[in-house]
Amino acid sequence: MALSTSSNFAKPDDAFRAIVEAHRGLNDEQSADLDAALVLILANHIGDLDVLKEAIALAAQRMLGASQQQAQQQQQ
Amino acid sequence: MALTKTQFGYRRHPDQDRAGADIAEHAVVVVGAGPVGLSLAIDLAQRGQSVVLLDDADRIGEGSRAICFSKRSLEFWDRLGIGQRMVDKGVVWSVGKIFHGESQLYQFNLLPEEGHKRPAFINLQQFYAEAYLVDRVEELPAIDLRWRNKVTGLEPRNDGVVLTVQTPDGPYRLAAQYVVACDGARSSLRQMVGAEFAGQVFEDQFLIADVKMTAAFPTERWFWFDPPFHAGRSALLHKQPDDIWRIDLQLNRFADPAVEKLPENVRPRIARMLGHDKFDFEWISLYKFQCRRMNKFIHGRVIFAGDAAHQVSPFGARGANSGLEDAENLAWKLDRVLRGTSPVGLLDSYHIERSAAADENIRESTRSTDFMAPNSHQEARLRKAVLSLARETEFGKRMVNGGRLSTPSIYETPLSTADGDSWRGGPRPGASMPDAPAAGQGGEPIYLTEAFMGAGTGFTLLEFSNGTAPERPDGLGTIRIGGNGGLTDSAGLAAKRYDAEPGTAYLLRPDGYIAARFRHPTRAALDAALARAAGHI
Repeated sequence: MALSTSSNFAKPDDAFRAIVEAHRGLNDEQSADLDAALVLILANHIGDLDVLKEAIALAAQRMLGASQQQAQQQQQ
Repeated sequence: MALTKTQFGYRRHPDQDRAGADIAEHAVVVVGAGPVGLSLAIDLAQRGQSVVLLDDADRIGEGSRAICFSKRSLEFWDRLGIGQRMVDKGVVWSVGKIFHGESQLYQFNLLPEEGHKRPAFINLQQFYAEAYLVDRVEELPAIDLRWRNKVTGLEPRNDGVVLTVQTPDGPYRLAAQYVVACDGARSSLRQMVGAEFAGQVFEDQFLIADVKMTAAFPTERWFWFDPPFHAGRSALLHKQPDDIWRIDLQLNRFADPAVEKLPENVRPRIARMLGHDKFDFEWISLYKFQCRRMNKFIHGRVIFAGDAAHQVSPFGARGANSGLEDAENLAWKLDRVLRGTSPVGLLDSYHIERSAAADENIRESTRSTDFMAPNSHQEARLRKAVLSLARETEFGKRMVNGGRLSTPSIYETPLSTADGDSWRGGPRPGASMPDAPAAGQGGEPIYLTEAFMGAGTGFTLLEFSNGTAPERPDGLGTIRIGGNGGLTDSAGLAAKRYDAEPGTAYLLRPDGYIAARFRHPTRAALDAALARAAGHI
């Protein structure tokens, strides 16, 4: 099984909203705790190490982008 | 330590009287009389080799050090004739409990099924294990154990090694076809061959104390995250013989070892843990853990085993047990190479199999140590999430890592013959043989691991009879289950654990690992598998 990046929710806005609302009223520390638990719960639900690694790689591209941008800005 | 001999005398050996170039020649010299060197020497001697065993001290080391000996190690020691003595003295256990704060998160049973000769683990102070091994060595005239013989020089030759050995009478030299270095984590032989010992040092410090007390705690491994008596850190409590309890406490990474080690500082901490202070210290030690290994376990004619070759953190009982697995892996191979019944290349499989095992042990123990001592705020946050999820979910419990205890590796090895038949279970080639209960001709109970010992010290065919005996290579030991003259598998557990049908056969290596398996072996298939397992292919 490969990581699915097609849109899987009938109403993607509802899914995004549910996550956003879970963080409402939390400070940054609490939000980070919530995310950590959520990641572990969802990772276990997926239950496929290859898919998890693909998801991590996709997520980590953002970090790569950020550090590249930073490097570029420093060069300018 | 009553009734256990721990002090030994230096005795001058005629080898020391040889002058100049006329030095004594030996087949094997083992350096280091710890659990690994002693076990290796015994195994080699039982296979008919003469072994010189050198140790730089003249006494068994103090402190309990390694305490958990695995089922696999006990099965090995059974073959060396000392398993029962270890088990009789040891504390048998298989249950571990993990606590978080005040409450229990979960418990595990490392051997939840019946029908095994040996338990998952025994706890036994290393000095007892070493003393029993020395007693066994003294029964074997083929082993020449020389105390206060310190190797100070190593000179490689094409067909062997010349060692310079320092003794109370001065130095002497001796030659060996093979030298096996079992001289521990600070191996001087490793330095003499110029090998690196690279890896990771963990910043957190752990205090290890053995205390003597009478207590009603069960014989289980108890592990705490963030216990009330040691806030924010982890702790371990484990029972040993003689009313001795092993306590591990994680310390602050900036703690001053000299201060932390003082009994007046350790005592209140442990008193808080136990709820009383009616205990005496037997041993206190402070550790920083390291996980590292040599790139190559074989340097010409010098072979490294145990802590000399690889070092792990202790959570998981992977130190001494993996060293003993090295010894059982090496002994039969070295014996065959010395006899010329296998090519020298067979020894390469020792490096292949045991360095992969070392990697696995390092990976597992690094993960445990990282879980206990998170390296960053985010790692600590993820751990907090796991510990919290463990209260409500099965998967959370399974992610809590308070030490994953040593199990034998499954070797990916050129000695294995790949499965050609279809299997639903049973040990695959490269795995160690599972035990199972059976009965002999007179109905007397016998375990498969015992039948394996009875079948000799070479390769063995474990057959599940279908009435006809397969045509088989000469010199192969036999364990037959069912049929005329075979063992009875009354509980059906042997057939179940080996996914056996009538006609099924497993080819076992001399160390009890599976070399090949067949639904219906042919003579040609057995010959080929045997040749491969003996290093001829």
